[in-house]
Amino acid sequence: MSNSNNRFSRRKFLQTSALTAAAAASGTLAAPSILRAQGGPVKVGLLQPVSGALSYSGQQGRLGASIAVDEINAAGGIKGMGGAKIEPVLGDAQSTPDGGNAEVEKMNSAGVSAIVGGYASAICLATTQTAARYDLPYIVDVGVTDAIVTRGLKNTFRFGPGFGVLAKTALANLVAINDKAGKPAKTVMIVHEDSAFGSGLAKLLNAQLPAQGFEVLETIPHPTPTRDFNNVVLKIQAAKPDIVIPANYYNEYVLLARTMQQQKVRPKAAIYSVLGGAASSYKFVKEFPDAAQYIMDCNHWFDPRNPKALALKKKVEAQGQFFTYEVYMNYSAVLLLADAIDRAKSTDRTKIIDALASSTFAGHVMPYGPTKFVNGQNEGAAPANTQVIGNDIQVILPEAFASAKPVYPLPPV
Amino acid sequence: MHISILFPAIINGLLMGAIYALIALGLTLVYGVLHIINFAHGTLLTAALFAAFFLHKLFGIDPYLAVFILVPAFFVLGYGLQRFVIGPASHGNDANILLVTLGLAVVIENLLLYAFRADTRTIDVKYAFDVVSFAGMFLSVPRLAGFAGAVVVALLLWLLLTRTDTGKAIRAVAKEKLGAQLSGIDVAHIYAVTFGLGAACVAIAACLLIPTYYVNPNVGNAFVLIAFTTVVLGGMGSIPGALMGGLFVGVVESLSGLYLGESLGQIGIFVMFILVLLLRPSGLLGERA
Repeated sequence: MSNSNNRFSRRKFLQTSALTAAAAASGTLAAPSILRAQGGPVKVGLLQPVSGALSYSGQQGRLGASIAVDEINAAGGIKGMGGAKIEPVLGDAQSTPDGGNAEVEKMNSAGVSAIVGGYASAICLATTQTAARYDLPYIVDVGVTDAIVTRGLKNTFRFGPGFGVLAKTALANLVAINDKAGKPAKTVMIVHEDSAFGSGLAKLLNAQLPAQGFEVLETIPHPTPTRDFNNVVLKIQAAKPDIVIPANYYNEYVLLARTMQQQKVRPKAAIYSVLGGAASSYKFVKEFPDAAQYIMDCNHWFDPRNPKALALKKKVEAQGQFFTYEVYMNYSAVLLLADAIDRAKSTDRTKIIDALASSTFAGHVMPYGPTKFVNGQNEGAAPANTQVIGNDIQVILPEAFASAKPVYPLPPV
Repeated sequence: MHISILFPAIINGLLMGAIYALIALGLTLVYGVLHIINFAHGTLLTAALFAAFFLHKLFGIDPYLAVFILVPAFFVLGYGLQRFVIGPASHGNDANILLVTLGLAVVIENLLLYAFRADTRTIDVKYAFDVVSFAGMFLSVPRLAGFAGAVVVALLLWLLLTRTDTGKAIRAVAKEKLGAQLSGIDVAHIYAVTFGLGAACVAIAACLLIPTYYVNPNVGNAFVLIAFTTVVLGGMGSIPGALMGGLFVGVVESLSGLYLGESLGQIGIFVMFILVLLLRPSGLLGERA
């Protein structure tokens, strides 16, 4: 009896506190936007999953964003705001959508003018929506799921390419490479991680590969983290596909490639990744050159013709870090934001959103066409195809800035 | 699905199952003697994995050598936990013990989370991807070492229980606590020794796991669920049962992973768990419930 009494009062307590919290939240919503003294710094949230399963990518992303902030500040801050400095507000999404949401709330309370980051699709889907409640401009650094920009969120912008463009380019390039070599490959196996990013991509590939004359033998999902790919590799061994397409994050990608190497399983034509978590990572190539050899990837890549990109690469490597895509994607996203704030001449969130929507920013380091946002998506964004050859990563397509010819199909061992 | 991959999948399952068995051994021992369900078992595993990780990272100690440091350390830790925390806090009431171990689990897990954050960490040893060729398969060396380790530990535990005075005392306490006390056995001491042995098993499992696995503050939870399944399957308190149960669970997991996909692999284990509870609640080798 006394037990049930206790429980009742506890529930009552919860109800009361929930009501209080709701009241507080609506209070925040109704409150006028925070006033800032003239000439004060512009606060920008840098939100990355710097701990948890995606921590390596998160830390790389934070590095890129921080370099951009430092460079802007060193060059005299934001001109349109009287040389105001950018004050980064760092957040850790802890590799989960919930963790990301909590940080957006904190950043909003801290009075940031905009947020850059998110990294994983699943995190970005959540954080952009939370930010939208506060009309908080949000630039997605990587998250490729198209749903991020198709939900009609006015605050959300993505500078990089989404699934649609990526899958289309990846497929067109695969067909081009295969045709040029006399069509040695006909069958495909897809290994993907099972959250928004991998599953979405697998679905797209499954829909589009057959039309291009490829047969998808099997599609294998796996969770993140996974620490055993023996079963997956056994399936590859049994099905003998000409091409294996992995779509997963860094740790799992490395483990899959190393397990394939360990079990001496090699597809006839290629390991062709679409957004392979490690396939075009200098870290992977340096640490496991044998497992990485000849892996192809259609992924984010910097513009090797752009001196600014090469200078950034040098700078990152001088710090003992690898020049991975998280670095230059975040770097470019922060520059894009700074340009918008500069033109908005204000930290007013609506004005920044308007400035982003009309952006034609060209000062980034990516091999993109002219910047033009349609419903928050940069129409100029495009990926590149790379291949690990020797101890380096070479661009094999587009031909405009390719540094090597593709090694395809795989040479015999 | 090609039949040729069935056999390697079963072998992979057996190798992983040996580690499950090792973790279940500690749990079944504690249950068999103390008649308590130790919810802190999984977090002790997490703690041991962190210990093995940092011994390697900070001092370069190979995980297999770390066994000789961690086993005594975790024996002492387990002994102390039972003697000075769980035992006194329970006031002789089994329901209390359950809550105390659950509380310990929450405390340890959150301390680890506070100290090391949610990061997933792995170590990279040179032999992590070494293989031996066997009947056309390439078997992972660290997995084979894990298998051998588990079998040896099970054998040692069995010898300890059946051939030594301590073992006799443990069995006596398990059978009849009051009678054992009347014949001069220090029951509190034996309880603590048993708990220490359980913790030591977990330490060995951690050292055998870390070369091919990862550690984060929640990693133990996945294993403790499997360990409970294993213990129930093999029969509560039975050492050969835990070994067989572990191997069986490993194979079921591997095969269901193969046929249902990696994301659904663990469903097979829990379906089996429910079936055992329905059809043979005493487990494969358990005495009648």
